[in-house]
Amino acid sequence: MKILVCISNVPDTTTKIRFTDNNTAFDATGVQWIINPWDELALTRALELKEASGEAIEKITVINVGPQTTEPTIRKALAIGADDAVRIDAVPEDAYAVASNLSSYLKDNPYDIILCGIDSSDYNGSLVGGMLAEFLDLPSVSSVSKLDIDGGDIKLNREIDGGSEVLSTVVPFVAIVQKGIAFEPRIPSMRGIMMARKKPLNVVPSGGEAALTEFVSYDLPPAKSACKMVDAENVKELVDLLHNEAKAI
Amino acid sequence: MSVLVYTENWDGKFKKLSFELVSYAKQIADRSGTTVTALSIGAVDEAELKKLGNYGADKVLSATDERLNVLINKAYASVIAEAAENEGAQVIIFANNFTGKALSPRVSVKLKAGIASGVNAVPSSYDPFTVSKKVFTGKAFANVVIKSDKKILTLFQNSVEIAETGGDAAVEVFSPALNDADFATKVLDVNKITGKVLLSDADVVVSGGRGMKNADNWAPLEELAAELGAALACSRPVSDEGWRPHEEHVGQTGKIIAPNLYFAMGISGAIQHLGGVSSSKCIVAVNTDKDAPIFESADYGIVGDVQKVLPELITAIREMKAS
Ligand SMILES: Cc1cc2nc3c(=O)[nH]c(=O)nc-3n(C[C@H](O)[C@H](O)[C@H](O)COP(=O)(O)OP(=O)(O)OC[C@H]3O[C@@H](n4cnc5c(N)ncnc54)[C@H](O)[C@@H]3O)c2cc1C
Ligand SMILES: Nc1ncnc2c1ncn2[C@@H]1O[C@H](COP(=O)(O)O)[C@@H](O)[C@H]1O
Repeated sequence: MKILVCISNVPDTTTKIRFTDNNTAFDATGVQWIINPWDELALTRALELKEASGEAIEKITVINVGPQTTEPTIRKALAIGADDAVRIDAVPEDAYAVASNLSSYLKDNPYDIILCGIDSSDYNGSLVGGMLAEFLDLPSVSSVSKLDIDGGDIKLNREIDGGSEVLSTVVPFVAIVQKGIAFEPRIPSMRGIMMARKKPLNVVPSGGEAALTEFVSYDLPPAKSACKMVDAENVKELVDLLHNEAKAI
Repeated sequence: MSVLVYTENWDGKFKKLSFELVSYAKQIADRSGTTVTALSIGAVDEAELKKLGNYGADKVLSATDERLNVLINKAYASVIAEAAENEGAQVIIFANNFTGKALSPRVSVKLKAGIASGVNAVPSSYDPFTVSKKVFTGKAFANVVIKSDKKILTLFQNSVEIAETGGDAAVEVFSPALNDADFATKVLDVNKITGKVLLSDADVVVSGGRGMKNADNWAPLEELAAELGAALACSRPVSDEGWRPHEEHVGQTGKIIAPNLYFAMGISGAIQHLGGVSSSKCIVAVNTDKDAPIFESADYGIVGDVQKVLPELITAIREMKAS
């Protein structure tokens, strides 16, 4: 069995977001790039499953659709423990183009379990995993908070709006994962970093459909007015303000 | 031509979110000179389906095959795509909740319809079709142009007004073609959360952070929530410590919410936390540290000890309600 983890390359979660060119482009000056947090957890879970599987899971591959500048992020995934990596050489224009690129590669290079995160912390699409499943005509299970392989049987938990469910599915399938899938992301060890340099990172040309959407400009939220401070000895005043001024209670 | 809106039900009932979606669809349909068709999947009775008319649905399609009683992404996506084609839908609308995130991308590929997900307003232009959505976990908005003929939007909760139109919807049975191969995924067990206000539905949210010190200190937060009909939430360390269940965790790696009122009690206001709550209309913070970053994002603040402030707050709210 082979597991694929789709990773997106995103600004560190503490990045101060700025735009340039008259608010038409993200300002990447000084930005630290990381593996999208969900994808890091997905990779962590894939490694746990592989270790528990004996020989049953032979390989974990990470894949990214991106230009050469994403390679440090891909190398980090190799350092964490992925066996090999693929970079599809294309600028990720939108989720549709990314998923289409991934699917055209996967049609010739199939995997049994494909893991995606529930959303990328940059454009918050929550789209690529579901689109990829549809392009490949595979089942998808989304908002997955637990994934187990018991013998050959796949068991998943997913969160729904107002509860949770236990599901089974058949391989190959796409799982779109979120909180709970793994507890703490693994960090690369010294040895992992050394080994990552020698692991294969295959670059393949873009082969997907064009984007259907375009991000044309950006706005920052309006500046927040100053916080109105209320004295701790006068909690009643807060309630008055919430009732009469904010009309929130 | 029409605008198709997928209206999910919860045990046969619609809720505020469903009406928000139909109201939103109605505004887009009016601008485009077309009608609104709502699609319901699963068992919902006629009276409940009719309610959608009051928010602007002209027609309600109801698909009730037993196999559709649980959400199977592949099958549901086929049903929605078939309805969209039958209706000649140019715009298809979903909620930006777990269900919408599961289904909309599949429908997008089936129909080759570009998606803007997590939109927070009606389109600012129809030609080119341009709509605003949240990006960078609430830190910015992007204006997205959808270039394909068919378009899909997933609406961020609590971002549009609900408008009652007094309209009446025609309910039609819809019997989609179901394909056995679409049911390879099976739901084995369902656990519904009962007896508390869901975070995704709540107008008011009461949230606690590490400043609450331990799980036993949650009683006054629960009391405050009960008093306000609010849902409970928490910061990530609180759920990591197991003081509160995971489904209450809000923030970048938890739930992203936009209530009318958010109480941040003993929460420092880390950027990843704010990502999940910064769209709240009003934020109240109580923190012992006057320099806590949460005060930069809050509308009202008290520098003080939550243990002391909470009981006084509950009393003051009771007095306000009584007067
Ligand atoms: C990739 C990534 C993703 C993350 N995602 C999330 C997320 O989704 N959600 C999230 O919440 N965090 C997230 N975090 C963690 C985040 O960075 C913070 O560590 C976390 O939000 C802090 O939680 P806290 O405010 O409860 O605790 P602390 O930062 O410890 O703050 C406790 C606050 O309580 C105050 N306090 C102490 N005693 C009292 C008292 N008696 N009365 C009143 N106030 C008191 C203190 O002054 C302090 O401000 C993420 C971090 C990373 C790196
Ligand atoms: N450029 C990309 N390359 C590979 N995988 C991606 C890329 N963008 C997004 N993904 C995957 O899709 C998930 C959801 O991303 P998104 O739909 O962009 O919110 C991410 O967590 C990744 O698993």
